[in-house]
Amino acid sequence: MLRFALTRILMALPTLFIVAVSVFVLIRLIPGDPAQLMLGDLADPASLADLRARLGLDRSLPMQFVIWFGNLLQGDLGQSINSQQAVLPLIAQRFLISAQVVLVAVLFACLVAVPAGVIAAWRQNSTLDLTLVGLATLLLSIPTFWLGLLLLLFFGLKLEWLPVVGYVSIGEDTTRGILYLVMPILTLFLHEIGVILRMARASTLEVLRLDYITHARAKGLSEGAVLWRHAFKNAFGPTWTLIGLVLGNLLGGIAVVETVFTIPGLGRLLVDSIFARDYPVIQGCLLFVAFTYVLVNLVIDLCYPIFDPRVTAE
Amino acid sequence: MKLPASNALLGGLLIGVLLIVALTGAVWTPYDPLQLSFRAKLAAPSAMHWLGTDEFGRDVLSRLMAGAATSVWISLLTVTLAVTLGTLIGIFSGYIRGWLDRIVMAFNDALLAFPGILLALGLLAVVGANKYGIIVALGIAYAPSVARIVRGTVLSLREREYIAASRVMGNSESFTMARHILPNCIAPLTVLATSMFGYVLLAESALSFLGLGVPPPAPTWGNMLAGSRPYIGQAVWLGIFPGLCISLTLLGINLLGDAVRDKLDPRMRGM
Amino acid sequence: MASSETLLRVDDLTLEIGRTGKRVVNGVSFSISPGEIVGIVGESGSGKTLAARALMGFVPPAVRRVAGSIKFEGQDVTTMEPKQLRAMRGSRVGMVFQEPMTSLNPSMLIGRQLDEGLALHRKLSASERKELILDMLRRVGIRDPDGALTSYPHQFSGGMRQRIMLASVMLLKPALLIADEPTTALDAVVQRDVLELMVDLTKANNTAVLMISHDLGMIARYSDRAIVMCQGDVVEQGQTQELLARPQHPYTRKLLAAMPHRGPARALPEAGTPIVSVRDLVIDYGGRQGFFRKEAPKRALHGISLDVVPGQVVAVVGGSGSGKTTLGHAIAGLIKPTSGEIRFEGKPIDKSETAYWDYRLNCQMVFQDPYSSLDPRMTIGDLVAEPLRLVPGMSAAQKAARLQEVLTEVGLADGFASRYPHELSGGQRQRIAIARAVVRRPKFVIADEPVSALDVTVRAQVLELFAELQRRHGFSCLFISHDLGVVEQVADRVVVMNEGRIVEEGTRDAIFDRPQHAYTRKLLSAVPGLETAPDGGVRLFWRLVDETEAALA
Repeated sequence: MLRFALTRILMALPTLFIVAVSVFVLIRLIPGDPAQLMLGDLADPASLADLRARLGLDRSLPMQFVIWFGNLLQGDLGQSINSQQAVLPLIAQRFLISAQVVLVAVLFACLVAVPAGVIAAWRQNSTLDLTLVGLATLLLSIPTFWLGLLLLLFFGLKLEWLPVVGYVSIGEDTTRGILYLVMPILTLFLHEIGVILRMARASTLEVLRLDYITHARAKGLSEGAVLWRHAFKNAFGPTWTLIGLVLGNLLGGIAVVETVFTIPGLGRLLVDSIFARDYPVIQGCLLFVAFTYVLVNLVIDLCYPIFDPRVTAE
Repeated sequence: MKLPASNALLGGLLIGVLLIVALTGAVWTPYDPLQLSFRAKLAAPSAMHWLGTDEFGRDVLSRLMAGAATSVWISLLTVTLAVTLGTLIGIFSGYIRGWLDRIVMAFNDALLAFPGILLALGLLAVVGANKYGIIVALGIAYAPSVARIVRGTVLSLREREYIAASRVMGNSESFTMARHILPNCIAPLTVLATSMFGYVLLAESALSFLGLGVPPPAPTWGNMLAGSRPYIGQAVWLGIFPGLCISLTLLGINLLGDAVRDKLDPRMRGM
Repeated sequence: MASSETLLRVDDLTLEIGRTGKRVVNGVSFSISPGEIVGIVGESGSGKTLAARALMGFVPPAVRRVAGSIKFEGQDVTTMEPKQLRAMRGSRVGMVFQEPMTSLNPSMLIGRQLDEGLALHRKLSASERKELILDMLRRVGIRDPDGALTSYPHQFSGGMRQRIMLASVMLLKPALLIADEPTTALDAVVQRDVLELMVDLTKANNTAVLMISHDLGMIARYSDRAIVMCQGDVVEQGQTQELLARPQHPYTRKLLAAMPHRGPARALPEAGTPIVSVRDLVIDYGGRQGFFRKEAPKRALHGISLDVVPGQVVAVVGGSGSGKTTLGHAIAGLIKPTSGEIRFEGKPIDKSETAYWDYRLNCQMVFQDPYSSLDPRMTIGDLVAEPLRLVPGMSAAQKAARLQEVLTEVGLADGFASRYPHELSGGQRQRIAIARAVVRRPKFVIADEPVSALDVTVRAQVLELFAELQRRHGFSCLFISHDLGVVEQVADRVVVMNEGRIVEEGTRDAIFDRPQHAYTRKLLSAVPGLETAPDGGVRLFWRLVDETEAALA
């Protein structure tokens, strides 16, 4: 088990390194002088020269990477061109806003979609199954940015139950903070139900065909015990892996939902930075999300033996 | 047992309608999709304008049709780019194996660590937000997942006994590759390309919605949706129809994808 | 037998596929008395598994019961409430499955899996249950019962898992045990141990057994009565010895005739240059220096030396992990030897030499799985003709003529050339694989378990075809098999392998009649031999008497 965990952790390191290289290369591919890009057109020559020296732009490309990577290891992602803020704290602050939406939505989606998927598989081809799968496919097909608009139209403008757009930190005002988050969370929740339900159903179907399920039934166990004690745990592995992917995909594409509801999250920060050509922030966002994604998947991997003890054996 | 068949039919129908609308939209629309008309600003659906007009008095139906043409065209080019790039990398990597394969795959996997449309967003910052920028950015962003799947397919095909049979016959590695491995990759690649068309169309709409896609005034479903947001209270149709178009297209792709997958690989039924 | 003594009575059981109306079990009737061992034998598609599963109320959703009753201890299973069914399952009727790798829950501790049924059906305290479980695990030969309780199934071998499975079922001392191909996935020696254990345990508890198998030998050895099924029908049933000795139905006769049997030994020239000779062949697997760890290579073959004389059929026999398949692949050139030498007609094979091409053109292979050895996107004609592409100096007309000739030889000439593999049955596919192997008229053919995926009667036909081709064209053959019966039928010489080494080799008769090495004796004692009687029946015999000696090895 310890060996398994250690191997997985060590295997993530090269990936993180190559991610960093990719981002470095990507930003260097942008035409123009990086220092000029970072400081903007109105920068004075002295600070330009200063930045060039600090970034090592007068040196060879590999040397530049070494300096850049060294800064990265110290958590120094540079400064925003627009706000002059340090990039890392800026990203961290915006990340927390996005993360609460994504995590809550995925948590609730799992609580609903996993049992529904298992039951759909149990009653394969029944009306219940076909309805659930049809509903899941429909939810999956509605893009979050449109689903968000529809919810906004219905709950915000028609029923006037929820505030239309904006964001208040939960720390400042708990009730209003929650009210502002309901619709974005609901949007992601509904969309992910589709994704997770289909996966839970498919992997349960795989497991239900196996002999140990018939063996469990042949012992005289009730259908409930067969389904939840024997099938569920074994079928949950693939869904568990999917959750890692879902979390990553949501974080990578959160900008659209944040745009619909004007939430100042990480996605919006990235898109605004692309518009503003704020390269240090773009670079920081790419690195931050990719690193987070790798780490989330690492955690998912490390928990996997709970559902399938076979993976620790080589 | 009857329902899945009708699902495939519905999926095929939706995609068929989409293609017809896109083809028509490329050559003819009821009105000029860019024609401004300040007398007919935000007009509700009527006999004149079936799906109403937008804030500049442009005909929504015409814009939807023109947008369909743009979206389908961009998606097709993007899928072609992603599948070509990914297949080349995947086959190369699955074929050579050894340390070069490991390095190529390490880079490939690192690119897969940029989730969702993140890599496309990063690439857009480099290539610029326009029609061709989108194709390049999305094409490159989706190529690594194609490469991974193609490599996996090649590796699993290599283990089949008919590949061993081909070697025992004395066929060279490259002949075996061309005669026995590549033709057997075509079916999974078709399935992949179909579902990728859905992802790409969605991603294109999302980028246009964010204002990073095809720049206005040229219509796409995504930027129409984005444009509708300020008027959502007074002109519901502006927000409803483009979203409906995207959703029905994705539904069609998903239903069709499920059906094709069931047919090709009964083990993956229901995924 | 009196009805009061009947444990199970199946009457006119008829099952259909709901959608197509195809009858998969057709008016099947039989009965089982307490403590009796009944075998159902049949090929794939005979309906034997469906019929057996229906006894526990397991009918797949797609299948519908049209008629018939299943009376178990006087109650009709087909009309039982779910609750009654569950009370019967496990407690009165137990079931053992074919695939030990998938019949235990991989994510649940063995202790919990064993405890589950006991806790459900018996009113016992946790400590009493644990006592019973430990006793039973000891009884089935698990070395460390306490440790086993807190282990997962993947920590045990296939044979051990099948023992645990038996323990799980026999804990409740059911009145009937249904065993569906219980040892098909296991090696011959392990198979025998598990079956002996099953018989011992059931005898001790007076549990009746319904044993389902495609293997007549197994049914003959262990069952009191046998039922023969074919395409959903029971064609014959009776006392096993009687049924084997005097089969009445033509299908039973066909089945018995299809059992492999030993023909007279062929006279073959032993002298002369061997066509293929292997010297000190060593194969190591794995052993890569990873980024994080160093793996020692695993040695699959420890210095194998072997000669194949022209015209001879040499069988390589051994259990799984014996290295026999690795040996075949190495000789076919699919694996590069770590050290050692392979010579073809006296010349060492090396890629740089012309000898390699000579060998390549003259050595062909038939694979085990006819479903994966034919490229699904090629027509039969293209598949069989493909090896001719590399034959120097053959005109297109000659190639077409050869293709036609070979297809005729394997009995698939008419209109098969334009079909695709998925349109063919397993037996037909294997004929095509054989046709592809002999189309160049090679001097040497390697056959890797060529019939192990086939049904008994199809297997007999394919073996017959193979022997016929070998007689006609005189190619030498390395025949790799785990099945001693098949080996006894086809081989001139036999090589016995175990754990990557050759333990014994000799002429067929010497190996089968006078085995010297302990492993060979153990292997032979694990499978019963069947001797064909002149009137179409068979007689069972045991190959070795001194089994105690073999068991000690």
